[in-house]
Amino acid sequence: MSNSSLFSRTVLVVGLTIAAIVVLLPSVWQPLPDWLSFLKGNKIALGLDLQGGTHLVMQVDSDQAVVNSLEINADELRRELRKAGIRSPKVEPTADGLTVTLPSDGRAALLELAASQFPDLKVAASETVNDQLVQHLTLLPEEVRRIKQSAIDQSLETIRNRVDQFGVSEPVIQRQGDRDILIQLPGIQDPERAKDLIGKTAVLEFKLVRDVDAEPIAKGSQPTPAGTEVLFETTSDPGGTRRKGSPLVVETQTLMTGDVVTDARVRPGDLPNSRVVSVDLNARGARLFGEITAANVNRRLAIILDDTVYSAPVIREAIPGGKAIISGSFSPDEAKDLAIVLRSGALPAPVTVAEERTVGPTLGQDSIRQGMRSFIVGGLMVILFMPVYYRFAGLLADMALVWNVLFIAAALAAFGATLTLPGIAGLVLTLGMAVDANVLINERIREELRVGKSARAAIEAGYERALPSILDSSITTFLSGLILFQFGSGPIKGFAVTLCIGLVSSVFTAVVGTRLIWDYLLSRRQMHTVSI
Amino acid sequence: MLEIIPNNTRFDFVGVRKTALAISLAAILACLALILIHGLNLGIDFAGGSLVQARFASPKATDEVRAAVAEFGAVDVQDLGREGTEFLIRVPLSEENSESVNARVTGKLAQTFGADKVEILRVEAVGPRVGEALRVKALLAVLFSTLTMGVYIWIRFEWRFGLGAGIALLHDVIITSGFLVLFGYEFDLSIVAALLTVVGFSVNDTVIVSDRIRENRAKDRRAPLANVINRSINETLSRTILTTGTAVMVVVSLFVLGGSVIHAFAFALLVGFIVGTYSSVFIAAPVVLFFESAGAPAATERGAARSTAPASRRT
Repeated sequence: MSNSSLFSRTVLVVGLTIAAIVVLLPSVWQPLPDWLSFLKGNKIALGLDLQGGTHLVMQVDSDQAVVNSLEINADELRRELRKAGIRSPKVEPTADGLTVTLPSDGRAALLELAASQFPDLKVAASETVNDQLVQHLTLLPEEVRRIKQSAIDQSLETIRNRVDQFGVSEPVIQRQGDRDILIQLPGIQDPERAKDLIGKTAVLEFKLVRDVDAEPIAKGSQPTPAGTEVLFETTSDPGGTRRKGSPLVVETQTLMTGDVVTDARVRPGDLPNSRVVSVDLNARGARLFGEITAANVNRRLAIILDDTVYSAPVIREAIPGGKAIISGSFSPDEAKDLAIVLRSGALPAPVTVAEERTVGPTLGQDSIRQGMRSFIVGGLMVILFMPVYYRFAGLLADMALVWNVLFIAAALAAFGATLTLPGIAGLVLTLGMAVDANVLINERIREELRVGKSARAAIEAGYERALPSILDSSITTFLSGLILFQFGSGPIKGFAVTLCIGLVSSVFTAVVGTRLIWDYLLSRRQMHTVSI
Repeated sequence: MLEIIPNNTRFDFVGVRKTALAISLAAILACLALILIHGLNLGIDFAGGSLVQARFASPKATDEVRAAVAEFGAVDVQDLGREGTEFLIRVPLSEENSESVNARVTGKLAQTFGADKVEILRVEAVGPRVGEALRVKALLAVLFSTLTMGVYIWIRFEWRFGLGAGIALLHDVIITSGFLVLFGYEFDLSIVAALLTVVGFSVNDTVIVSDRIRENRAKDRRAPLANVINRSINETLSRTILTTGTAVMVVVSLFVLGGSVIHAFAFALLVGFIVGTYSSVFIAAPVVLFFESAGAPAATERGAARSTAPASRRT
């Protein structure tokens, strides 16, 4: 090949090598000096399996959001029907709509109401049972879709708020598929607590306590009085574990919900080393709370979160200022988390953990150490073996290997890719497979030398003949890497990425990099024999 | 010049193909039987359930740990071989939500052995829906990648080569899976990644041999295909062994030093690489010959003169 081509290839290889080193600087040089700050984004991030952390997939029960919405519709429709003068209308939510039971003469009023005020409900079949009209209404499919969609959007927003306030650095919170939320919390110390915080529906309700003996009702030996339900108080051990406490009979009617809360903070309580959560209400909430407390002096008001009674203080007097206090035996963490969920609001639908993967910091450290050790040992074995077998050509193959590691690391940094344990395995594997291209070339050169070709001719023919095989074999492995990337999740993706980058870089270093050195030796050093 | 394989080897690979096919067929049947009888040991990625990896301050007996968590049902406790201080506890999917099982298992361990005497290294929980989705995805990935490889080779070479490669790949995947079952390893996502890598690696070898067959046929179109195949395998033999050798070197290093998390992964690669190399030499190319001799005369479309006799044994 001509000297000018030798020159341009040298520029290419040297340029890429320098670029690779520069891109890697932020990953190894800490803290980064100011004049390099433009490189800040290019850092190899450690995956959750290496630095420790929690990977969660939360499933949003969006069907429940539809049910919730139907219940609200049912309440409103019942109220409107009463307003329209219909006696004792029955409105029941079903799986996909509402069933209204009312005297037959109320049909016109119902249809008019449905058309004017409930456009999302479609009038479906009706029947007559015992002189009563039973009318089915179904929720429009697009409305169902919208509710589900917005349940996920809202959940995502609420969870993001909670995680932000919890204080996790660089969390990942995103949608996955059509009903899941993916959450990654790097370096988290107490995953159980984080899971509780994220998964809490956090519906805050204020209900009046009915002053009856709750024990027999809770045991089932006495019927529950009409318009009431049994809920349990929560108590906490000295160890901090929450337990189900004594039962309370509360009115079913909710006087006020958490949507009027504007702020919630942890305050010291009256007792030493105790704490309460103080809640600020907006104007509507303050007025409502003032009215409720004024009308129910000397009764107990239960403060309920997700159907658990946190406290049920006796109302001493009307409270006009728009502030409520939730007391209870909170640990500092519990109080803090309660304040967070109250501030960030309720989830529109319950969420459950569909997948959890938590790696503790110790195992992460172990994995890095073991991964790196197998990388170094495996690499050294290959590096020592190649010159033994191929002499000078083996040294070139070794050089290509080091180049490969440099290029792969630089590519990972440049793409802001994440290094995972399978990623390290991919890197180790690349070391083993990257020599393949060099082996193919060297074996070819040996064959050409055997038939008596000169050094230059043998090297040229060797590279030329090996190229199709190198490309074919790299492309096939690359294809399986792509499929792996497409199918894989999390850490497996890391493996696929390093494998694919490694293939591209090994073809480059073998075909362009080592060739450059042979050409240099042939043209500048008048090399006549090949050490291979 | 150091050579593992002398440059003029004349092993009659094609000649022993019937023996090789018989051995492989027996191995495949044995592995399939093993898989069918014993069942694939699905990890929690695919079966759902939960897993807790715990490290104790002092050595514990497996039975001691098992007794502590016996209340959670069919619990599997595995000693990870760190002088009895590290254990893997797996709880199968039950009616209950698997996440709460994990919290209770870790709570029970702390209660039994002392909260400061046990460290939770890893916790995983996979719900039934996610498990099923991952199962389907994994199966599709293995099938799809085998198919893609076959089609690539078919386009690049001839249909018989693609078929030979496809058969060799299935051979590799089945035998590797059989070994995993035999040695009691679980199937999880990382094993599927390993199988796909094995597929890529094995096709690699097959491609190199096929390339050489094509090249040698172009040189001498009248030579019997059996001879060409034999010659091509022999010519690429030292490359095959060297590349497998270096790959096996690093995989052994991963297997021995890589730690508990990727132990099964490294094992699958180790078996797969060795089986994959065997199949590219003894299965993929000879299968081409089998279809050549068994197939219709119209099978060859690239104009290469074929041997008249089925599978000449001359070398």
